[in-house]
Amino acid sequence: MSETSHASEPQTAANGARQINDFCINVATANGTGSQTSNIALLRAMFRMGIPVAGKNLFPSNIQGLPTWYNIRLSKAGHIAHRDVAEILVAMNPKTVAEDLTKVPSGGVIFYDTALPVKEDREDVVYYAMPVKDMVKSMSVAPNLREYIANMVYVGVVAELLGIEMEMLRSALDTHFSGKKKAVDLNMQMIEMAAEHTRNNLPKRDPYWIERIEGGNKDLLLVEGNAAGALGSVYGGVNVVAWYPITPATSLADGLNEYLPQLRRTSEGKSTYAVIQAEDELAAIGMCVGAGWAGARSMTSTSGPGISLMAEFAGLAYQAEIPTVVWDIQRVGPSTGLPTRTSQGDLGFTYQLGHGDSRHIILLPANPAECFEFGYKALDLAEQFQTPVFVLSDLDLGMNLWMSKPFVYPETPMNRGKVLTAEQLEALNGNWGRYADVDGDGIPYRTLPGTNHPAAGYFTRGTGHNDKAAYSERPEDWEGNLQRLRRKFNTARKHVPKPELTQQDGGSFGLISFGTNHNAIIEAMEMLKADGHVCDYLRIRALPATAEVGEFIEKYDRVYVIENNFDGQMHGILLQDNPSHATRLASLSRQNGMPLSAIWLHEQIKAAHERFTKALA
Amino acid sequence: MSDVTNTKAAKTNNIGLEKNDYKGLPSTLCKGCGHDSVSARIINVAYDMGLPPHRTIKISGIGCSSKSPAYFLGRSHSFNALHGRMPSVATGAMAAHRDLLTIGISGDGDTASIGLGQFKHLLRRNVPMLYIVENNGVYGLTKGQFSATADEGQTLKYAGVNELPPIDICLEAIVGNCGFVARSFAGDPRQVETLLKAAISYKGTAVIDIISPCVTFNNHLSSTKSYPFGKDHEIQLQELSYIPHYEEITIDEYDDGTRKKVQLHDGSWITLKKLEKGHDPTDFGQAVNILQEAQSKKELITGLIYINNNYKDLHSVLGTVDQPISSLQEKDLRPSRESLEDIMAGMR
Repeated sequence: MSETSHASEPQTAANGARQINDFCINVATANGTGSQTSNIALLRAMFRMGIPVAGKNLFPSNIQGLPTWYNIRLSKAGHIAHRDVAEILVAMNPKTVAEDLTKVPSGGVIFYDTALPVKEDREDVVYYAMPVKDMVKSMSVAPNLREYIANMVYVGVVAELLGIEMEMLRSALDTHFSGKKKAVDLNMQMIEMAAEHTRNNLPKRDPYWIERIEGGNKDLLLVEGNAAGALGSVYGGVNVVAWYPITPATSLADGLNEYLPQLRRTSEGKSTYAVIQAEDELAAIGMCVGAGWAGARSMTSTSGPGISLMAEFAGLAYQAEIPTVVWDIQRVGPSTGLPTRTSQGDLGFTYQLGHGDSRHIILLPANPAECFEFGYKALDLAEQFQTPVFVLSDLDLGMNLWMSKPFVYPETPMNRGKVLTAEQLEALNGNWGRYADVDGDGIPYRTLPGTNHPAAGYFTRGTGHNDKAAYSERPEDWEGNLQRLRRKFNTARKHVPKPELTQQDGGSFGLISFGTNHNAIIEAMEMLKADGHVCDYLRIRALPATAEVGEFIEKYDRVYVIENNFDGQMHGILLQDNPSHATRLASLSRQNGMPLSAIWLHEQIKAAHERFTKALA
Repeated sequence: MSDVTNTKAAKTNNIGLEKNDYKGLPSTLCKGCGHDSVSARIINVAYDMGLPPHRTIKISGIGCSSKSPAYFLGRSHSFNALHGRMPSVATGAMAAHRDLLTIGISGDGDTASIGLGQFKHLLRRNVPMLYIVENNGVYGLTKGQFSATADEGQTLKYAGVNELPPIDICLEAIVGNCGFVARSFAGDPRQVETLLKAAISYKGTAVIDIISPCVTFNNHLSSTKSYPFGKDHEIQLQELSYIPHYEEITIDEYDDGTRKKVQLHDGSWITLKKLEKGHDPTDFGQAVNILQEAQSKKELITGLIYINNNYKDLHSVLGTVDQPISSLQEKDLRPSRESLEDIMAGMR
């Protein structure tokens, strides 16, 4: 399809200018009606037309009936951060329609199901009425499929009016239904019927167009962070997985259950891995700790409430020095919080998870390619440092489809850490200490159960112990061990992924952030630059913070620490790490369940920095 | 290794180890503690059966009982985990390394209170391991509170009268689909050792609830978990004998009507000479009934209460490779570069 296939040219656009590939579409439906298939088909079709897109599913904690919104952003400049405003509304939910209509900005477009109580009473928007029920009726489908197929009506209408290619919709559905022709055909039939109805009855009156970008999105993937994390773990050689269902982490375990059987079975069909659905998160991490102790590469995935339960084992694994990996796909807390909304609120808790003085290595992915990378790196770091490693993703990254750079196959061999074999023990005449710091890096040597040497066995415990793993309550043993553990943590500073620096000519202040805030920050930096505020940006990719973080802070009088939690938890950690630079660091945090937007960041940074420069002057 | 200095050659077992090789550190439990006699039984059995120390692991929770793995099999890896969480650690270790022989040591608080959930789920998964509960009905390390297995109406010096009915660990195990459930008394070395041997030969979770009196806080007649009570009230279900797979089974023909033979997974046999109860441990209903009866009559029945060789174990459910997955290296664990390209092609 192209614009020429439309009889009428856009008429109501205020200035008549065409808006091409640069707007948002908000689809309002009810949960459980199958609208996700429609929305993802739209998103994937646009992606395959080469247009930079981002889709966000704002869904309720509910199985059926509560409102759901799917927000698709098209951005020819490649901005994929959340945007608060959507020019185009597809209204399919009677329960939210009244409020949904008020959010459409002037100059916007409203597609609505004629069954909804919509009065076309706004002069500043374009309405398109979709007789969904009548169109579904004219298709002969089983009654139980009608509700699902109904959502294809808006796909057809929107595609026809905005210019989404039918062939791309078909290929998107083909991917969605894994090539099941019957399902693809049925849905396409409805889409095409709706498109035809549109051609005959709904002349184009709005200025919004979707146009193919030749060569756009080349090599890029469209993938959820959780699928990427699962795949990265599989290529990292994970071989014991224990998990307990929880939104928004379940799809990570689903990914493991999908990819492991594909990739990690022997020719006889036997598994080189074990996946166990545990009875709760306590048991899930307990199994991972048991497996890590026995020499497996183990991992679990969870979210905040699970992290709370895992505190006990995290402390044990830290103290007894046992490798395992925990993925936390963060949702909103405290408590059950907002189970289907996103946040970065577990950072502070996880960093010190467990009672007493403990510190954990944390990886902070910002995109699916990094979820893949940290999938295998976390397993390496866990065995290298003999400690639990946490990967803090979030709901936004984990559960939404993102455009992503291709995954990079691991370039280095697996790091299995300091493990003594029977032969090495023999060479040492059996003289070794499980918790002795032989190399001065704080990392001791361990042996695995099954090592056939009389001196291999040792006693693992969460209680006080000396270098030889014997029970000890001696103050010097306890203190010495704490010091060694901290030495090990500081060694980790040099080995965790380094931060990513975005520098501009004449950058006069700094931004520090991590994770999915990245996209909004890049966009906000452009907006700030247009206002004359040029800044540099450091994206932290892991804790403990590497030397680059302190060096970055040192360069500017002002550094804003941007995060999606209420307390400014990263700000707190950086204050602790850099007490002498405390006054340079200012917290800019927000938590309302939504991803940070560039518009909000732009306003906040601008206002804060103007206040700061004024005070200086 | 042992420090035996006498010139007389020490006796060795079928893998050439001495009894000393199976010993642990000196116990720090109270003198006369039932747990120490259980440790001594484990040492004897491990020696007799020639268990390879490097392939044996000990996992425990928290409490007096859970400290005891330090006092036996000093050459083996051991993991003193968290209170009530030994089952999950054991499950993970077994999933990682299927060739290990796992001895789990727990107590009544560890298994029947804080760890009841994990205990039940361990049984449900049928993780191949020996699960010993050293059951004394009391919290020792915190100085004498009732545990969930304490008898109803029992009194303790500081805790007063226990108003709640006990949780019967064997009953929980049987209804939890455990295929090897036994009870014994720490003061009955022969029976404990026979049951341990049979349990080690069983493929799946084998639970032995060993009444192990607490000499400090719970050793008086009003408790079914005391020495005086055990000595006076122990009713053995059978006379048990264990015959290793390499020995021939010989049973007097005329005795057949009163004996039952059960073959275990490694080919060894356990023979049970029925005593007056006439209990058939392969009968689920009888096993439940006999425990309920004993509880109402305040009897301490001991012996093999229930056995079932037909439950699927963890490994057959997981379908893992024959070698321990923890021993797999990069070539088996990291799929090819091409496979990643193929998967990414589907994401475009």
